[in-house]
Amino acid sequence: MDAKDILGLPKNALPIQEKKSKPPKETQRKPDGISREVYALTGGLAPLMPSVDVNQLKRKAQSENEKITWKWLPFTNSARKDNLQLYHWVRVVNGVPPTGDYSFAKYNKSVDVIKYTDEEYEKYLVDPAWTKEETDHLFDMCEQFDLRFIVIADRFPSSKTVEELKNRFYSVSRAILIARAPSPGDVVGHSLVKEPYNPSQEIERKRALSMVLSHTKQQERKDVEVLAEAKRISEARKAAKAAEEPELPVMADAGHDVTDKAAVAGDSVSPSQSTQFPSATIANPVSETASVVASLRMLQVYLRSYAHEQMVQAASSSAGLRTIKRVEQTLQDLGVNLKPKVPTRAVCTEHLELRKEILTLLSLQKQLQYKEAEGSSYREGSYAETPGTPPPKRLQRAADLDRTFTPDSSSFGGERVGKRDLKRKGPGRSEAPSSPAQSKRPRKYKASD
Amino acid sequence: MLKSSDESEKKNLARKVKDSEIGVPIVYGNIAFWLGKKASEYQSHKWTVYVRGAGNEDLGVVIKRAVFQLHSSFNNPTRIVESPPFELSESGWGEFEIIITLHFHSDVTDNPLHLYHHLKLYPGDESGPMSTKKPVVVESYDEIVFLEPSEGFLSRVKNHPAVIVPRLPADIILPPVPMEDVDKRKRGDANDHPLSQWFDNFSEADELLILAGARQQVQAQIARLRRQLSLVDGQPPQLKAASDL
Repeated sequence: MDAKDILGLPKNALPIQEKKSKPPKETQRKPDGISREVYALTGGLAPLMPSVDVNQLKRKAQSENEKITWKWLPFTNSARKDNLQLYHWVRVVNGVPPTGDYSFAKYNKSVDVIKYTDEEYEKYLVDPAWTKEETDHLFDMCEQFDLRFIVIADRFPSSKTVEELKNRFYSVSRAILIARAPSPGDVVGHSLVKEPYNPSQEIERKRALSMVLSHTKQQERKDVEVLAEAKRISEARKAAKAAEEPELPVMADAGHDVTDKAAVAGDSVSPSQSTQFPSATIANPVSETASVVASLRMLQVYLRSYAHEQMVQAASSSAGLRTIKRVEQTLQDLGVNLKPKVPTRAVCTEHLELRKEILTLLSLQKQLQYKEAEGSSYREGSYAETPGTPPPKRLQRAADLDRTFTPDSSSFGGERVGKRDLKRKGPGRSEAPSSPAQSKRPRKYKASD
Repeated sequence: MLKSSDESEKKNLARKVKDSEIGVPIVYGNIAFWLGKKASEYQSHKWTVYVRGAGNEDLGVVIKRAVFQLHSSFNNPTRIVESPPFELSESGWGEFEIIITLHFHSDVTDNPLHLYHHLKLYPGDESGPMSTKKPVVVESYDEIVFLEPSEGFLSRVKNHPAVIVPRLPADIILPPVPMEDVDKRKRGDANDHPLSQWFDNFSEADELLILAGARQQVQAQIARLRRQLSLVDGQPPQLKAASDL
């Protein structure tokens, strides 16, 4: 109660305490008023507010005004056709039984199946694949089973597929509808007329669905890959098209060459993809650059930093994430900002060229590593005996000369070179921590060679 | 007769110069002063966000108006500045992203350009305690590139200090354009701006130097690796003999 005071809540909580039937946890009394378990449940605290809105609970007071009795009475169900009379308990208020139909009768819905006359059959509904008896029987069953075609198909005497039954039913209904309509315009809006049942389409659809359902996991993965391919190809095509469009009215020579290359690149990608098993596409930097140039041309006005970023992305489009990280690490080692602080035309050009050169450098290193790994398979014995001797002597000499800057492992002494050959891939940056001085020193003005 | 010559002249001015571009170097950012003892809880700093020419030149020659979109907690968060200097001063306590939209004159382009700047008021760890005398300054350098400018635009700006016009094709004859009001231009530039003492000087020379040095190193490495590769390619079996030495 004092909690309520503190909160400033109205005091209509008082009636709660008078109701004995209410669950004890709703009271504000201390532990002796409620059972020990409930007290423990509430965490030892009195609840601040009733958890149930008090007004919604059925008032006992109301039931005291009226006299409620329950009577065992007969009733009829309008949904039945046989006038069966059953008995059930009925809530009688003040001696007056409730009126109205059986409350569940309204749920007895059924479908309006068209009934055609024999005349109409002769005129509109004759079909080579169906006899009149079959058609009549079909319609009876449709009414009996509320258009549950699966059930009908199971019970139909001559074995017809669900699609055939549906087709017959809907085309008959449609024909009757059109025939009975005073004018064709009246029924044009009816769904049966607008979209007639198409059995072949239905068969296809169901077949496709069941195929998708029975896909193995591997097929699912393949599908995802193919879709990703298609998306990439269509985007490349779109970019090539965008590159072509502004060119058409202008016909500048330089632009023309670039877009030709882009179109060729885009087209050459697609036929190869469609023939071979889908594998990851490597975006062509030339076409990517062309599409960047085209999109910049569309913009007409842009910030040079933005243009530069786009060009950097396009140039690195064929590189994986790891390569891009290595490029950035190399730039940092060289003391170059990843994004130019003063993006003038000259700076951006130089920066872009530098990035391309670093990419070339990294790919050359990789090539060299692979070559050496191949070479090492020729040396079995001598290698194990002299772990300290680095196999390609020239490399070691080169590393000695240039202690200032070399990315990756080629600068890290003899012992490590041995390790490198044992695992095929270069150890990369992970070995850097052992010689921190080399990577941290800013190599700004070293024209070392 | 006069009418038709006017129209043809307009058409000439609107003709685009192919394969050329105009660059306008700009610097944009903010300066923030701590108000010290005059600071209140909601107005602790007085700041100015601006766009200026990189050498403090008048940008009014290309920019028609600048729209600064502030945080929604400001009254009328969309502030329009119709003439140079394109800047906006306010007081407040919070840092947020400001979107600066530049609208250009009709002979330049109809497309607007957006700049994004994060307002900085507080100095951060490296700079020590706040002082009312020394403001917090954050500026970014960039260049607005206008592709295939119209002849009218080109002739209007070709001698303007704010604009970099590259060498034009020799056969271009640009129509004459009325002389610019030199005084008006001087009024618009930021050389005498009260805050100009805090402006950063962005020099491309430093960056170019670093880039040139880096490129040299990388090119040397590439040459070396190419040599090595050709050697490795030539003689795999002989390497065995070499390592036995």
